[in-house]
Parts: sequence; C-alpha cells; structure tokens
Amino acid sequence: MSDRPAVPPILRMSGIGKSFGATQALDGVDLELGRGEVHALIGENGAGKSTMMKILSGAIVPDAGRMEIDGRPYAPSGPGDGLRGGVSMIYQELNLAPHLSVAENIMLGRETARSGWLDRPAIRRQVREVLELVRHPEISPDVPVGRLSVGAKQLVEIARALLNKSRILVMDEPTSSLTQEDSQRLFEIIRGLRGQDVGVIYISHFLEEVQSVADSYTVLRDGRSVGSGAMAGTSLDDLIQLMVGRKFTQLFPRVEHACGGPVLTLDRLKGRRMAAPVSLDLAKGEILGLAGLIGSGRTETLRALFGLDEVEGGAVVVSGAELAGRRPWARIGRGLGLLSEDRQGEGLALNLSVADNMTLSRLAPFRRRGLLRPARQRRSVAGLIDRLKIKAKGPGQPVGALSGGNQQKVALGRLLHQEASVLLLDEPTRGIDVVSKSQIYEWIGGLAREGKAILFVSSYLPELLGICDRIAVFHRGNLVESRPAAAWDAAGLMAAATVGRAPRGTPVEQRNAE
Amino acid sequence: MSRQNRSGLSRALNIFGPFIGLVLVIALFALIPEVQGRFLRMANFKSVATQSVIVALGALGMTLIIVSGGIDLSAASNIALASVITAYAVNAGAAPAWALLFGVLTGGLVGLANGALVTRLRLVPFIVTMGMMGIARGAAKWIAGNQKIDAPMTWINELMAKSPRPSWLLMAPGIWIVILFAAAMAVLLKFTVFGRHIFAVGSNEATARLCGIRTDRVKVLVYAVSGLFCGLSGVMEFSRLTVGDPTVAVGLELDIIAAVVIGGGSLNGGEGSILGTMIGVLIMSFLRNGCTMMGWPNYIQEIIIGAIIIVAVAIDRLRHRKEC
Repeated sequence: MSDRPAVPPILRMSGIGKSFGATQALDGVDLELGRGEVHALIGENGAGKSTMMKILSGAIVPDAGRMEIDGRPYAPSGPGDGLRGGVSMIYQELNLAPHLSVAENIMLGRETARSGWLDRPAIRRQVREVLELVRHPEISPDVPVGRLSVGAKQLVEIARALLNKSRILVMDEPTSSLTQEDSQRLFEIIRGLRGQDVGVIYISHFLEEVQSVADSYTVLRDGRSVGSGAMAGTSLDDLIQLMVGRKFTQLFPRVEHACGGPVLTLDRLKGRRMAAPVSLDLAKGEILGLAGLIGSGRTETLRALFGLDEVEGGAVVVSGAELAGRRPWARIGRGLGLLSEDRQGEGLALNLSVADNMTLSRLAPFRRRGLLRPARQRRSVAGLIDRLKIKAKGPGQPVGALSGGNQQKVALGRLLHQEASVLLLDEPTRGIDVVSKSQIYEWIGGLAREGKAILFVSSYLPELLGICDRIAVFHRGNLVESRPAAAWDAAGLMAAATVGRAPRGTPVEQRNAE
Repeated sequence: MSRQNRSGLSRALNIFGPFIGLVLVIALFALIPEVQGRFLRMANFKSVATQSVIVALGALGMTLIIVSGGIDLSAASNIALASVITAYAVNAGAAPAWALLFGVLTGGLVGLANGALVTRLRLVPFIVTMGMMGIARGAAKWIAGNQKIDAPMTWINELMAKSPRPSWLLMAPGIWIVILFAAAMAVLLKFTVFGRHIFAVGSNEATARLCGIRTDRVKVLVYAVSGLFCGLSGVMEFSRLTVGDPTVAVGLELDIIAAVVIGGGSLNGGEGSILGTMIGVLIMSFLRNGCTMMGWPNYIQEIIIGAIIIVAVAIDRLRHRKEC
C-alpha cells in the first residue's frame, strides 16, 4: 500500500481471468490506464480484447482478478454499473437515435428539467459547452443526428460520454467505417482529450493509426497479455511480432494436390460494397487464401463475385466464358458456391432440417414428375453425413440443434451436394472446435486434389499459411499483394494487412512492378 | 436417449397439437347435456363444414404466405371484391362459368399486385396488404355502386347448398372443393421444389438467396396463388349470399390468420402446415357453432376465440423454447 504513487491511475485491472466453458478467454491479464493517457489494446481477432472490454463495461463478470477506478475497488454487476462508474463504450455501431437532435441525443436520459418540464435553455447551454470541449462548436444542437456524417456522429457520442462525467472512454475500432479525413479529425479530438481528466482505451487493427494516437499499449494473444509499454520507441514490427508470436502447430494435414490451368478470373470486378475494383486469377486445384482485416474487402469481393451484392463493373470469367447473369442462381449454375461467414444469420436456415439445408441449392436430383421424393433426399444426405463425419441424429433433425462445427459441415456439405467447382469459403472455421477445424482443412485439401478451385477467406493467419497454395492480402479495399504461401510469414501477412505493405519497408507497388 | 424422446414427443405435439385441440372442443360440447343431441348430429357437422368453406379457402393461401414469412391483411377485402365481381358478371348475363372465372381471377390479380409491391418496392407485407385492404374494399363498393348486387340464381348458388343436388355428393360441393385444394396445397408444400423454396424463404431469406432461390419470384407466386384462393372464396361467399355484397367479410382476414396460427403456423415464417390450418379452421367453426347452440351471446364467442389464439401461440412458444 505504501509504495503506491500518490495519485492512483484512473484504471487498474489486475489478474483478470475469464473462461467460457472449456475455453480460457482471458488468463491473468493486467492493464493500467493513467490520467490523460491514450492506451492501445492490440491483438488478433479472438485474442480477448472484446472480452476484456466487456468485463470493464460490466457486461461480463470476470472469474478472477480485481479492478480499481481512481484507486477505489470497482466491481460492476451490469452495464448500468459500468456507466455509473464512469466507463463509456463507443462502438463502431453507434448508439444514437437518428431521429432525435444532437442535443436530445447528448442529453438522453439526463434531461435537465424543472418540475417535469424540459429546461430547454439549460439543455442548450450544457450541450454547447460540451461541444466546445470536443472542439466542434459548429455542430448545431438542433440538427437530427441522422443527417450528420459518421465522423460527426462519433463526436456526438464522445460529447455524450464527456457530459456523463465519464472517466474512461473505450473506443472499439472507431475508424473502421470512417474516411481518412474523418479519422484524422477523430485523432485530433482524442489528442485533445489528453488535457482532460479522462483516460482512453483505444482498440484498433490499424497499427499505424494506433502508433500515432496512443501513448502506451498492451498486446493480447490467446487471452494473455504478452507485452505492454510506452508507444514511443516501439516499432510496428515489434507490435506485429508480439501479436502473432510463434505458434505453429501440425493442425494442418497437408493434402498433396497439383494446380492446373486457370478456371476463374476477376477482371476489375467492382461490387456495390467494394471500395476498389479487384482483379485476381484462380487455377484448377488451387487454394488461394485471402488475408486482411475485417472490412478490408475480402468478404465484399466474394459477395460481388457470387452475385449477392450488386455488381457495378468488371468481368468474371469462369472456364474461359464470361458470366452474364449477375444473380446467385446464375452463378450457381456456372459452378460457383459460397459459404457465408455468417453461419447462423445467412448460411443456414436453422429451423429447417439437415437434409433441406444441404440440398436446397440443388433439389433437382430428387424430383420426378414435379414431385420431390423425400426418401431419395434422405438417402443422399445420409451419405454426406457419413462422409463429412457430421454428428446428427439424422437427415430430419433441425440444423439449429447441431453444434457449431457440425452446422458448418452441413453448410460445406451443401457445396459438395451442389457439385460446385469453384468454392468461395468465407471464414469456414470461425468459431468451431479444433477437431472439426482439422477435418475441414483435410476436406478442403481433398477438394483441391479433385481439381476444384478454392478461394479461402480467413482472419486466422496460421490456417492460411498452413493450407493455402497462394495468399493475397487486402488492405482498405485494395488487393495489395499476392504471393505463394511459402513466400509469406505471419508477420509479413500481418504487416500487409495492417499497414498495406509488406515488411522491411518495401512498398507494395514496387514489388508488383518487379 | 431422453433428448431423442423429447424431440419425438415435441414432433408428435407439432402434428397432433391442433388435432387434440379440435377433439377437446368437440368433446366439450358433446358432453354438455343441453346441446349434446343437436351438436353431435351429422347434419350439424355438415353445416359446420359448410360454414367453414369461405375461411378455409382463404386460409389455404394464407398458409403459403405465412410459411413464406409474409402476411396478407387484404384477404377479406379481396374476398368481398371477388364476390361483387362474380355477382356483377352473373347479373350482366355472363355464363356462370365465366362469372366464376372472373371472380377467381380478380382475386388473383389483387394477390399479384400485393406480391409485386412487396418485392419491387421492398415494402413490408403488413403495410402493402393493409393498403390493399382499403383499395380492394373501396373498389368493391365502387363497382357495386355502394349497395348489394342482386343476381339471378344459377348453379353457382348451389356450390354452398347444404343438401347438394346430386345427392350422392353428400356434402356441399364447396366442401369437396376445399378438400381437393387442401390436398393439392399440402402436396405442393411438402413434395414440390416450390414448396421447399417457400419454407426456405420463410425460414431464412438470406439463406434462400445464398442457395440460388429466386426469392422475389417465390414471393410473387405465393401472393398470387393466395389471391386466387381469395377469389374462389369470394365466389363461395356470393354463392352463399346469392347477392354480391361489398360490405361482407369485414375483419375475416383475422379469422383466416388465426386459423393458420392455431394450426401451428409461425408469423416469423418457415413453419405451418395445411393440415394444421384446416384443423384451425374447424376449431373456430365448432366453437362458434357450439356457443350459438348454447345460446351464448356473440361477445362470449369472441372472448373465447381470442383466448384460444393466445393459448395456441403460447403453447407453440413453449414448445420452441424446449427444443433449443
């Protein structure tokens, strides 16, 4: 007690532990946030950042560890406690009521009133004060929030947090939906907050951004804190090394396969949700990995290619013929098949049976004279259930009753049944157990050996390095670099994904020109 | 093992739940001495069935719509419009077969318009069909000059006769028509590609699109088919009333929706069956019939049916929670 500094830090989290079932999400993590400090929390997807912040906000109760705010014990039992304790979360999906005005949003739930009537002058005064504080007095308190830019909306959220007398602001990927210009403006505001009596925890995948805005950092990997310190004097490479560590396993059964001639070509394909046109080639029997951060354009490219998003330009060539129809049914007809990253929301119809889910994209083989023959359907699906080692009671069981790994196998089984020759797999192993993962890797290798072409989107670098023939990296909507998998390492991929260029300072454009 | 048993039980409940409800309702009135004698008579059963025809036809189409995740509030107005068109045609001297066809097609057109608006303008079915409810009702009143259209008697009026002309039919032709179409729709839902697509769209539209199902086309077809059934139902309404009445069937869309829901249909889509819906229709008809025989006033019937809808949906909810 005696060796504690006179002024305690705003926030001290020590020895935080949390497990979900058998998964240890956090294991003895420490984090300290000083007054006026901007502290970056860094780590790969699934490293434990969001669990950590949910514990801070009170949404999750930790299994172990203690928290102090301003030296006083802090043990929230719900998000309300977190708010009262002075913790404000600012998410990428903003928590604003678009039809209400700036002032109404800022004051929401804390309206100044005199005997039940709104005290409008007082409200306007307070709102103006707090907008001065974030250095944007030009925002009118009376404008509906829905009419503001994303950047301005974020300001409104920050203003609300300041008015709430928040001590700790948590910003979770605040720039992922911002333009470059808006991001810069946000950084200015964050730097401005250093003068105030608050601390900021800043979570972002964009390491350069983190480096320019944060004073200190903590890196999480697999639920442990693997490094922390002052940002000054820490290089990007240092951070990347900490993030990826050295964790290679024999999880990836290597199935020998050979690449043949080209089967799929994207020529400046541009979808409605894509930031930039993308060109790439895929050969028969090739597994092409697509790396990049969430929102970097990988998923958007697959969706445009499959016709789920509107195509604005460019061409798709499959086996030498340009595709005319731009809707999914036309693409399926040409041998394309897509596995959605959102298994529960899009990939599967959870209250339909395993059989229906697996065969929905190709019911024709079970039809005779216009009528379906369920017995045939069940027999065919039972074969797939065996082949993919799916643990289900039978073809008639609703798919929602299966475990995550088995659900994913059903979604993959659909592509098998569809006899797709070009498979677009979006995060096929996300959130599933290790055994199923390994089976899925083996299965993907087997498909490549059969001569299928595979686009494999993943945020998990070891699996990309483990099973792909070639890996292409997306950064902010652009496909920045593509190399054989053997020419990549985890640090290089992470650098290209977070900074937009390969390591050792070689600009990507130059590499491509060579 | 126990999990398997429970899922077997819940599946049994799924199929037999509404059926048990129907048996309970019939048993209830069969056990009350005052009405027992009249209630259990064959003639009474026939009359209940005849009274069910109009709601049943509407509910066939509504089942498709609700399974596909939609709703049709314009069903009853559409029925009224079709009955007016049929009467108008008969009155104008058209052959009864043509009049019948006009009535059915009118319903189909209204349904087609619903489907086109839902898919083209990306509007919520609730809003589109609520608007169509007013439009169809208004059109019916306009065409009928805001009064009933009298029409000469034709064979159309025998479709709903309690004692059919060729006596070997035993029941009103309308009942046979319902049975025929119910069988056809049950097969359509369970054993055709189109039926699987309807379930897929209702269960998860994004998945359906991912699987290459032309979701818009499925929806338009579903609304159009449902409209045709409303048209046929309107013809039956005309047959029963022998006049074209634009103010008939007000609020009947709620009875139709209730029948589907009592029969196991989920307003979230992806669930429902023709058999269940038909049982739902009969439950409501028998209740009305029994209450009338008991001499209970109308408002008691309304309260009972309202309560049954809530109980049916609550049981459904409970069953789903157990499964998860």
